[in-house]
Amino acid sequence: MTDTEEVKLQDSPLFNLLEGFVTELRTAGLPVSLVENIDAAQAVRHIPIEDRDAFKYALAATLVKNNAHWRTFETLFEVYFSLRGSEYALDPDGDNPFGDNADDQEGQEGPQGEGGEGGGQGLSPEELAELLYQALMKGDSALMRALAKQAVKRYAGMEPGRPVGGTYYLYRTLRNLDLEGMLERLMDQSRDEAGEDQSSLDQRLERDEYEHRIDELRKEIEAEIRRRLVADRGAEAMAKTLRKPLPEDVDFMHASRDEMANLRRAIYPLTRKLAVRLARKRRHGRKGPLDFRNTVRHSLSYGGVPAEPKFRHPKPSKPEIIVIADISGSVAAFARFTLHLVYAISGQFSKVRAFVFIDGLDEVTSFFEGVDDIAEAVHRVNTEADVVWVDGHSDYGHAFEVFWENFGNEVGPKSTVLVLGDARNNYHASQAWIMKEIQHRARKLFWLNPEPKAYWNTGDSIVGEYAAHCDGCFEVRNLRQLEGFVDNLV
Amino acid sequence: MSNRFESVDVVRKGLREVDYLADDGIAGIAYLADRLDKPVLIEGPAGTGKTQLAKSVAEMLGARLIRLQCYEGLDESKALYEWNYKKQLLRIQTEREEDTDWDEIQEDIFSNEFLLTRPLLEAIRAEDPVVLLIDEVDRVEVETEALLLEILSDYQVSIPELGTLEARQIPLVFLTSNNTRELSEALKRRCLFLHLDYPDMEREKEIVLTKVPDITENLADQVARIVRSIRQLELKKAPSVSETIDWARTLILLGIDQVTEQDAIETANVLLKYRSDIDKAIKEFSSNANAHFEAPVGS
Repeated sequence: MTDTEEVKLQDSPLFNLLEGFVTELRTAGLPVSLVENIDAAQAVRHIPIEDRDAFKYALAATLVKNNAHWRTFETLFEVYFSLRGSEYALDPDGDNPFGDNADDQEGQEGPQGEGGEGGGQGLSPEELAELLYQALMKGDSALMRALAKQAVKRYAGMEPGRPVGGTYYLYRTLRNLDLEGMLERLMDQSRDEAGEDQSSLDQRLERDEYEHRIDELRKEIEAEIRRRLVADRGAEAMAKTLRKPLPEDVDFMHASRDEMANLRRAIYPLTRKLAVRLARKRRHGRKGPLDFRNTVRHSLSYGGVPAEPKFRHPKPSKPEIIVIADISGSVAAFARFTLHLVYAISGQFSKVRAFVFIDGLDEVTSFFEGVDDIAEAVHRVNTEADVVWVDGHSDYGHAFEVFWENFGNEVGPKSTVLVLGDARNNYHASQAWIMKEIQHRARKLFWLNPEPKAYWNTGDSIVGEYAAHCDGCFEVRNLRQLEGFVDNLV
Repeated sequence: MSNRFESVDVVRKGLREVDYLADDGIAGIAYLADRLDKPVLIEGPAGTGKTQLAKSVAEMLGARLIRLQCYEGLDESKALYEWNYKKQLLRIQTEREEDTDWDEIQEDIFSNEFLLTRPLLEAIRAEDPVVLLIDEVDRVEVETEALLLEILSDYQVSIPELGTLEARQIPLVFLTSNNTRELSEALKRRCLFLHLDYPDMEREKEIVLTKVPDITENLADQVARIVRSIRQLELKKAPSVSETIDWARTLILLGIDQVTEQDAIETANVLLKYRSDIDKAIKEFSSNANAHFEAPVGS
């Protein structure tokens, strides 16, 4: 402890910064304990802040103990420490964080002090585009960084104090650069060079390579914009605008495309984790009945005294799962994730049957049978299932009626029924009596609702009417809640 | 504070000499672990060199590697220490003839002589430099994890009959996890955290070049690029670094120095282990434009 205090006195700006940084991490939802905070303070004594990458990793190693939180950490790190380190200085003159705007640029171009920025100044847009093309072609990252700076300076049109987010500036910059066109040009070029004998594999690899480089460029531009915004607004304010939920807390119903992709990526490790955990639970549950043979056999080593009783391994019966999911637009993502998860751990159940509906109902169990790739099957469910009866607006009442008529007999004392949906019935008849019948016949009946609890039973939501007949009705808005529910289900 | 390494750069170079290509993060954390006397928890997908890192650090330091392989049902008699009860019994029997005091015997049979050290105790009692590797720590139950806490934070082991045994020297400790379950907060808090992901293309190429001696620069480059592209697909199991190396070796054995689609398709099973993944990759790489060959039938 005295060590840290000693350093605090020595170098207080850095420690103040670190303190703010840790506070911000906590606000973002990362669990940073006091001990970890002290560790971080000690770690930075050994790693000079000038070595930015090493510094970043040192902080990450002490503060971030879950890889899913890495992106949040990285963004915040950029915000808090982006102005440190000489190569990241904004402008040699330093006063005006927004540099020169395009208009006054020609006039005041003095001698440039910074080598890295090189001949970027005073170029025409065509020249800038040409340079960028060359940099991408060669994969010259130093030049790319310098050009990213230039592009932001020239095209983003950033003004101090203007209350718009970074995405607006990013959009403006990217629109002017036309990276799509750039990619095509790069591809044409490489095709010309290789001539006829370029195979499709080579082409594909070339394209991946260029896309990778363009992606790098885009990240440079984003970072540059962020740096300038931080210089204008200060780190705390900037961090606030960047605050995003962690992947496991992202709401299914309001996920952006990026977040969706992240969720999809998160689901594979999650299912694996769940499967291992459930299998373990099964094995380690309570003990089974006395295993007489085994006990007697072991008693021999104690001279015939059964000192060590042996028990059989229990074989708990596996439940049969019936999933009935609403896949209309508003809740489709939720249904997709739940189906995915349930099928991924289908080994834990004796049988899984899946039904999907909007206003009509269709069985989709066969889509999943003998399929290796669950994501593919889920995709087929969304495109091929015959779920529209009249107008393609959710009608829970009718869907349940169809289910009861055709498959009601399949529900037995072993089956656990899961209904997924927001119960927004578009003011159709609820037919809640079917729920009652199902509950009567099934082992358990659960309702999973992706809407926040506060919205239940407002407008056309009649979840309360159905919930009255369920063994449980849960709010499942994000992966964390879904994982928790499935864990308890088995 | 121990000073095995002078700087981050020394770590990086040292690891390179034993054929482990470390990036900034890896070298920096190994250096920090030494300076702060903290264990390192390494997490990441299978086959990214988690265990190898511990081995390489040991090799670099010329230290003995003590390895504790974790599994379900691991307990303290296998991880920490055990009393050598057979020897204790013998001792009691020989004492019986003479007329010794019970207290004396008891004192006697619970002494260092009758203690069997297990990996964890051995690591802190060792006189020579050691590196302790606790492999696949996520395989033990949450309750067993608690066994590790004392040794990880204070480098000591408490034995009721003997008292507390403190470390003669503080070893470098590496824990690896495949992330099949969340480790407890208590464990994570005591460790530095390192997530080892698949390397970027440049590093993977270098790895292939060092691990596959006869490979040409050109082929290594192509291999690394193809693997990167494959990892971008949504797969059940993305190819690991060791699979990349296997694949490169396969290509060498087949005498291929320029990978064509046909080669890639025929050898895809070295890289990918699921039928659906292989199909997906083949589809992805042959659907581009002027492809005029047939995917092999075999699914």
